[in-house]
Amino acid sequence: MTSVTETPVATLPKKPLSARINWVRAAPFLYTLALFVLWEGLVLALDMPPTILPSPTRVFQAIVQYWSPIWKNSLQTLYTTTVGFAIAVVAGLAIGLFIGWSKTIYAGLYPLMIGFNAIPKVALVPILVIWFGIGTVPAVLTAFLISFFPIVVNVATGLATIEPETEDVLRALGARKMDIMLKVGIPRSMPYFFGSLKIAITLAFVGSVVSETVASNYGLGNMMSSAQSQFNVPLVFAGLLMLAVEGIVMYALMAWLERRMTGWAHRSTMAQ
Amino acid sequence: MSHLVSIDNVDMRYGGADGTLAVSGLTMRVDKGEFSAVVGPSGCGKSTLMKLVTGLHIPQAGVVVVAGAQVTKPVSIVGMAFRNPTMLPWRTTLENILLPLEIVERHRHRLRANKKEYVEKAEHLLETVGLKGFGQKFPWQLSGGMQQRANLCRALIHEPDLLMLDEPFGALDAFTREELWCVIRDLHAAQGVTIVLVTHDLREAVFLADKIFVMSARPGRILKEHHVPFARPRDLDIMYHSDFNDMVHELHGEIAKARVVA
Ligand SMILES: Nc1ncnc2c1ncn2[C@@H]1O[C@H](COP(=O)(O)OP(=O)(O)OP(=O)(O)O)[C@@H](O)[C@H]1O
Ligand SMILES: [Mg+2]
Repeated sequence: MTSVTETPVATLPKKPLSARINWVRAAPFLYTLALFVLWEGLVLALDMPPTILPSPTRVFQAIVQYWSPIWKNSLQTLYTTTVGFAIAVVAGLAIGLFIGWSKTIYAGLYPLMIGFNAIPKVALVPILVIWFGIGTVPAVLTAFLISFFPIVVNVATGLATIEPETEDVLRALGARKMDIMLKVGIPRSMPYFFGSLKIAITLAFVGSVVSETVASNYGLGNMMSSAQSQFNVPLVFAGLLMLAVEGIVMYALMAWLERRMTGWAHRSTMAQ
Repeated sequence: MSHLVSIDNVDMRYGGADGTLAVSGLTMRVDKGEFSAVVGPSGCGKSTLMKLVTGLHIPQAGVVVVAGAQVTKPVSIVGMAFRNPTMLPWRTTLENILLPLEIVERHRHRLRANKKEYVEKAEHLLETVGLKGFGQKFPWQLSGGMQQRANLCRALIHEPDLLMLDEPFGALDAFTREELWCVIRDLHAAQGVTIVLVTHDLREAVFLADKIFVMSARPGRILKEHHVPFARPRDLDIMYHSDFNDMVHELHGEIAKARVVA
């Protein structure tokens, strides 16, 4: 191992401020700020009434004013989303492994899955309400139903694309199907799996909010729909903002997890 | 003398009754401890031959016998290496080399208890192929030639009686290739393992093998069997002898003719 020795930097002329800022790291914040500024400007310029398009300052004001319900409902939505997502991860992984196990199962179940995925999940909410009543359960289930498909597809793809030569080398040693799955299939499908979590978590938010909007007395979806019926448009936007924040945080968490767990996949090309 | 591998009148067809007939009427024998090379036109069924011997494919007609038993399922006394090193990128080079031990029945139950002994063996193999100290690196941190060396170690770790090499040096530069020829030559001399090598490089075949099989164009069968007369141990210098070149020339002529007939 070579050790990196810090060579003392000779007295360099002090760089101007613009060169010392890491623009790439700052960009997300600057762009977000720019969006709010633009939005504010637009509202001012067009003299929009807050019942149509509230300005960001109005929205933040609403966040402060209604902090207690916003906070409670945000937690509720986060809760239904993560529970639904967690079920989707477990079920998606299991079904993905099951489907990827054999070509016959893959061929048989794939069209069914596609058909199922084509159904708009909002259409399932009434059925879930008949079965489970309104509230937390249908929201969790909708989040689960909408987010498990990408996980299944990605895990199954990882298994189905094992290089035949790798399989040959192992089979020639007397490997059973189970050995090949454990030693190659599952580790190989992990980058696909962790990659799919980013898509799945955002979809899970869509599912839980849709369900809360039509069939719940809690959650951001419900809060926004009742705010809308009272023409409290700033509160609707406050709800949207909270959703966006939760979505970004969970996405970042999944992206971090992906990098942590499957760093090798980013450094190597899987098929050499 | 008993043959380690004997193939009798084998037909192998891919993809059902009207699929591709890859080999037909294939007959060949390989003795224990022998180094054989298989050469032939592209697509003539050389890789198919490898898969028949290792039991990855079962022929529709004829018999394949390895170590006295008819092949009806994968035989576990073999090690294989292909042109593509197929190292698993999530394992270090050392863990990749130890992989066969997690699979082969004879070793998998002893692996955990005797880990140290096996790791030492793997490290010894790495040293033999000139990769000392690279065990902890990931395969994608190694060059193509280094990966192929590691691939050879993986094929050898479980001490197979039979080593099947399918163009293992095909993707390497001339110098690395010559270096690995010497590695293989020394491994063969030291371990007495039986080797079957498929290659496109006729000089490689003549330099390494005791016996060279020339295959016809598809459907493949053995056209001719050559005994390579050069004494062992062979030095890379023999490639500049006229006998050596004459033999390469003769093989070249036979393969060219086999291609035209097709
Ligand atoms: N899995 C497969 N399915 C269908 N046909 C196959 C399959 N594998 C090989 N073949 C056919 O069998 C024939 C022999 O293939 P094989 O791979 O054994 O040739 P080869 O001698 O190894 O060729 P090369 O020198 O190019 O590696 C080819 O014509 C090929 O099209
Ligand atoms: Mg081939």
